[in-house]
Amino acid sequence: MMKHLRPAILMIVIMTVITGLAYPMAITGIAQMVFPHQANGSLIQRNGKVIGSALIGQNFASDKYFHGRPSATTETDPKDPSKTIPVPYAADNSTGSNLGPTAKALVDRVKGDAATLAAQNPGTPVPVDLVTSSASGLDPDITPAGALFQVPRVAKARGLAEERVRQLVQSQITDRLAGVLGEPHVNVLELNLALDALGH
Amino acid sequence: MTFNGWLQIALFSVLVILLTRPFGGYMTRVFNGERTFLSPVLRPLERAIYWLCGVDEKSEQHWVSYAIATLAFSFVGFVVLYGLQRLQAMLPLNPQGQAAVGPDLAFNTSVSFVTNTNWQSYVPEQTMSYLTQMAGLAVHNFVSAATGIALAIALIRGFARRSAQGIGNFWVDLTRSVLYVLLPISVVVALFFVWQGMPQNFSAYTDATTLEGGKQLIAQGPVASQEVIKLLGTNGGGFFNANSAHPFENPTALTNFIEMLLIISIGAGLTNVFGRMVGNQRQGWAIFAAMFLLFLAGTAIAYAVESHGNPAFAAFHVDQSAGDLQSGGNMEGKEVRFGIANSALFTTVTTDTSCGAVNTMHDSLLPLAGAVPMVNMMLGEIIFGGVGSGLYGMLLFVIVAMFIAGLMVGRTPEYLGKKLEAKEVKMAMLAILILPISVLGFTALAAVVPAGLAGISNAGPHGFSEMLYAYDSATANNGSAFAGLSANTPFWNTTLGLAMFIGRFLVIVPMLAVAGSLARKKIVPASLGTFPTTSPLFVGLVIGVILITGGLIYFPAVSLGPVVEQFALQQGTLY
Repeated sequence: MMKHLRPAILMIVIMTVITGLAYPMAITGIAQMVFPHQANGSLIQRNGKVIGSALIGQNFASDKYFHGRPSATTETDPKDPSKTIPVPYAADNSTGSNLGPTAKALVDRVKGDAATLAAQNPGTPVPVDLVTSSASGLDPDITPAGALFQVPRVAKARGLAEERVRQLVQSQITDRLAGVLGEPHVNVLELNLALDALGH
Repeated sequence: MTFNGWLQIALFSVLVILLTRPFGGYMTRVFNGERTFLSPVLRPLERAIYWLCGVDEKSEQHWVSYAIATLAFSFVGFVVLYGLQRLQAMLPLNPQGQAAVGPDLAFNTSVSFVTNTNWQSYVPEQTMSYLTQMAGLAVHNFVSAATGIALAIALIRGFARRSAQGIGNFWVDLTRSVLYVLLPISVVVALFFVWQGMPQNFSAYTDATTLEGGKQLIAQGPVASQEVIKLLGTNGGGFFNANSAHPFENPTALTNFIEMLLIISIGAGLTNVFGRMVGNQRQGWAIFAAMFLLFLAGTAIAYAVESHGNPAFAAFHVDQSAGDLQSGGNMEGKEVRFGIANSALFTTVTTDTSCGAVNTMHDSLLPLAGAVPMVNMMLGEIIFGGVGSGLYGMLLFVIVAMFIAGLMVGRTPEYLGKKLEAKEVKMAMLAILILPISVLGFTALAAVVPAGLAGISNAGPHGFSEMLYAYDSATANNGSAFAGLSANTPFWNTTLGLAMFIGRFLVIVPMLAVAGSLARKKIVPASLGTFPTTSPLFVGLVIGVILITGGLIYFPAVSLGPVVEQFALQQGTLY
């Protein structure tokens, strides 16, 4: 048995050194030199303070901002550590809702959210991404349809012409890569930063 | 469904076909011990490893020695990984101060990563230190994958050799897999991933003050280096809980596309290695064809079903149609940047193989789309499959298929000139039957004991699907989940750990017995009566045997889950 255990033990040690220490540390060293912005989480600063990451969605509730998608993330309840409470866009605890398609909780949630949104923009069907929670709970994007749907509410709250806000949305749409890969999307945080830059 | 969606799926499929031959050629050179363009750099390191471990690279192992070496290596890896998790609070590279991992979870996680499953009962960003992730979990992402490749090569040698005692040397195959295949690709792609936006640091989590003045704690870590091997080795264990749906693990459509290619490339390439080593590449392409057709079928079903969206939302004026401004469909548990086509494709790819990384939450898939990953795993992860395990699993089905073909015409079955006799067929059937015994047995147990039922998060047939999916995923060494299941309890951690163990090692041992037995046989020259194993008829026969022996066993169980749920959805019944 020792005949096999000795190479087994040594092999685990050597592989840990090569693939578990040397490899990730070398990649970290190179990445920090060549791509420091990405390697540190694509953080966005405003007035010297970190306001978030370009890749991570954050929670928007005010009428003055475009809203991201519903997020199912939670955090530990500060009052009772054995329980969790909903905290949307908790970027240290990613998760989807994991509700099945026949779950009453899912259908009731969608019904409520759709009614709230429909009141903001009567007559226009609600884009599905605005009432469905993302897989990560941190989806930074909404669809162009989801952004355009929110234009009347945001324009009204900011006292801007709808056309101006709509143009801003159009300018923030990221198309498919090479016209083929992925889906068109709008980064909510970047859209809202551009909105703030307009003034008002 | 959109034209663009099908275009993306077609583009991916074509690239898989194009990569198979050159990658297969490269891997064949590696495992035949020939020089490659990386040899000048890696050969000295390789020799140093053999010298340190006391391995004679020229010495061949009998299948029993090969099996013992595999088991010893896995056992030592399990013990070290268990210890690392239990001690992580006292070790460096733990800026978030993650506590020691509890015993049942550490057991489950160790089995999970050693068996190439990467089932995760835990939330990584809340549980594991950076050291545990990179020097524990990621190491097994390399070596469990390398073990799988080594085993597949051993079985191929069984077919290719004649009157031979040995089937190769486990330590040599393992080392070459890591050094020449897994590591070089990881280095290149990891840097590409960082460029695309994946973090690669050892910093504490970042405190951000959001635009509206709220607080957000953003998880960090050495993500990119782990991400690439998570996929390339068909491991699937996410650095974060949301896995490849997390924007830090899969920031763009391009990373998503590359991730899917990484998942499938070794499994596809190994079919070509098989063809080359047995001396006829068309033998490899016949295997590839059977895999590829099953892959296309799964993708088409998943994409078609998910595109329709959830009929339960129809009454609320929710727009689920696809158009220029949105991809529409069932967007619960999906990310906007991927949309429906890329989510359906990823779901199929990750369960055809034993990867188990997810870019969409499988628990929220529509019933018949959720059945696609479930059935993929039930078939035994042979549609390209886990790295190595996919090919040896598929070859076991081929043995059974040739046996059935032999029975039909009353001839002794043979494959590639090797007579398939009672021993090979018995061992192949044993390996194939282990899977349903574990999946159905454990699911039946969980469905009747309170500790099992306590894990369910969705009521009704979907709750049953969550349990069935869990044991299916664990036994097939996939690792994806209907993740609403609360599996971090002693009952689930222990039973899932056992299922993963059974699915890996109780398949490996009979498979190596087949390899050893085949290697000893002479090659019988092909004659007029030999069944041609490069023909469409052969491909159809293999697919038929896979669907009948691998699939029908599960039909009653699948009926209780996704099929009942589909009828409920049509009736408007909610739970």
